[in-house]
Amino acid sequence: MTDQTNPKKNTTNHREGLIMSTTTASKLRTALTAIAASVAMVAGMAACGPNAATPSEAAASGDTTATSAAKARSLDEIKQSGELRVAVFSDKAPFGYVDKDGNYAGYDVVFADRLAKDLGVKALYTSVDPAARVDVLTSNKVDVTLANFTVTEERAAKVDFSKPYMKVSLGIVSPEDAPINDVKELEGKKLIVAKGTTAETYFEENYPQIELLKFDQYADAYNALLDGRGAAMSTDNTEVLAWAKANPGYVVNVTELGDVDVIAAAVQKGNTELLDYIDGQIVTLGKEDFFHKDFEETLAPVYGDEVDPDDIVVEGGVVDSQ
Amino acid sequence: MQGAEILLELGVFPRLLQGLWVTVWIAAVSVGLSIPVGLVAGWLMTVRNPVVRAVMRVYLDFIRIMPQLALLFIAYYGLARAWNWNVDATGACVLVFVLWGGAELGDLVRGALLSIPQVQAETAYMLGMTSWQSFSRVILPQTLRRLLPASVNLATRIVKTTSLAVLLGVVEVIKVGQQIIDANRFQYPTGTLWVYGVIFLMYFIVCWPLSLAARALEKRWAND
Repeated sequence: MTDQTNPKKNTTNHREGLIMSTTTASKLRTALTAIAASVAMVAGMAACGPNAATPSEAAASGDTTATSAAKARSLDEIKQSGELRVAVFSDKAPFGYVDKDGNYAGYDVVFADRLAKDLGVKALYTSVDPAARVDVLTSNKVDVTLANFTVTEERAAKVDFSKPYMKVSLGIVSPEDAPINDVKELEGKKLIVAKGTTAETYFEENYPQIELLKFDQYADAYNALLDGRGAAMSTDNTEVLAWAKANPGYVVNVTELGDVDVIAAAVQKGNTELLDYIDGQIVTLGKEDFFHKDFEETLAPVYGDEVDPDDIVVEGGVVDSQ
Repeated sequence: MQGAEILLELGVFPRLLQGLWVTVWIAAVSVGLSIPVGLVAGWLMTVRNPVVRAVMRVYLDFIRIMPQLALLFIAYYGLARAWNWNVDATGACVLVFVLWGGAELGDLVRGALLSIPQVQAETAYMLGMTSWQSFSRVILPQTLRRLLPASVNLATRIVKTTSLAVLLGVVEVIKVGQQIIDANRFQYPTGTLWVYGVIFLMYFIVCWPLSLAARALEKRWAND
């Protein structure tokens, strides 16, 4: 009897040993990732603003491709629980923020509410920081991330992106009395940018002849523009549009510059069931112009009427290339 | 005073107080649970059994060496990924702070226990007390006295460290502050400092009484 049980015991012990070593490794990696992510996040906070392309995010959560034991919930499980868990920003107006009454609101939140409503469940919001958006999915803290999440190759290796529902490119804001209507007009003048943004990289690569005046923080960059230290300032079009609206005397005459990045919903890698559902929803909602209504409701008050919704909104998951 | 009007906006104060409640709740539960954990851990650290001592040593050193932030990320993301233990963010915070508070308090308890001269236990034994009686009537009261000031200090450290919870997505007082700052970004661009100033005062109001109590107790027991 004992002879029969002993080898069995050995194999299980051996297997347990293996599991232990992989988990300790992943634990250690999580810890290291955590530290890296937190450093990146602190850097991100310094450069605050609803910019989707701050370096904090790009650098965030380095290697998280490790297989996770926390598998995403199925559609049935979500329906049964009565709640769709959504990760959104809570301090990035007008995309995801908490309004004066303490309720979640914004462009992403309107979409999330609709997704939940059509599933017959309630949306349960979790506040995320840019750097945590991948991790909350891989560790199954939420079902879907809807946090102004720009699609990049690096991220697509870790999570699955749906069809896009928004797009972002660069914009240039300039004084009304000396407007910059075309990027070529900037030659020989100073352009203000924030360090580490897509704008900085774009102008360095494509327009090396334009002199850049770089600042660490958005606030400093905008103040430099107000002081007239540069002819114009460039960053994500959504950001400059919102700023120009709040600062009379400044206009955004270049709204679509550089590569168009798309923003999409993200689910855990391999969660095709939920992904297919979201993709289907985006297409269906496109027929009723849902995202244009969403724009009118959440973004228009911030960007003003002069902004063409088609510069920002993607309807039915189809980006028309320009 | 530029930007100070942000504090008068409707709902700003109630929401900050709500956030403060989350902060205080996490801190209070953590400190509350740390006390029994710490007392037991401290007692185990003085046990003669070498295995128990070694285990306690590893526990204390592990918790001390690891930054609390790393522990938080392991508890929140790591456990889920490794074993599918999905602790919610608040739960992960309490778990880490109890493990941390328990270890630190345990070390304080150990030091306090060992600082009572052995001769007292022996004297109690000579007077006919059982070992439990000598522990509970002679050793423990003196231990607690030596322990209190340092453990109150530990409690204030736990209160302040709860601010790390924001990185797990817990909407506590700091996060509420950031939400308010962002929601009013265009209306009150200079409101940031004021909101953080209020948060500073809130932490102060929570921690100061603890510091006062620690000082008062230290003074009172100095002459004993």
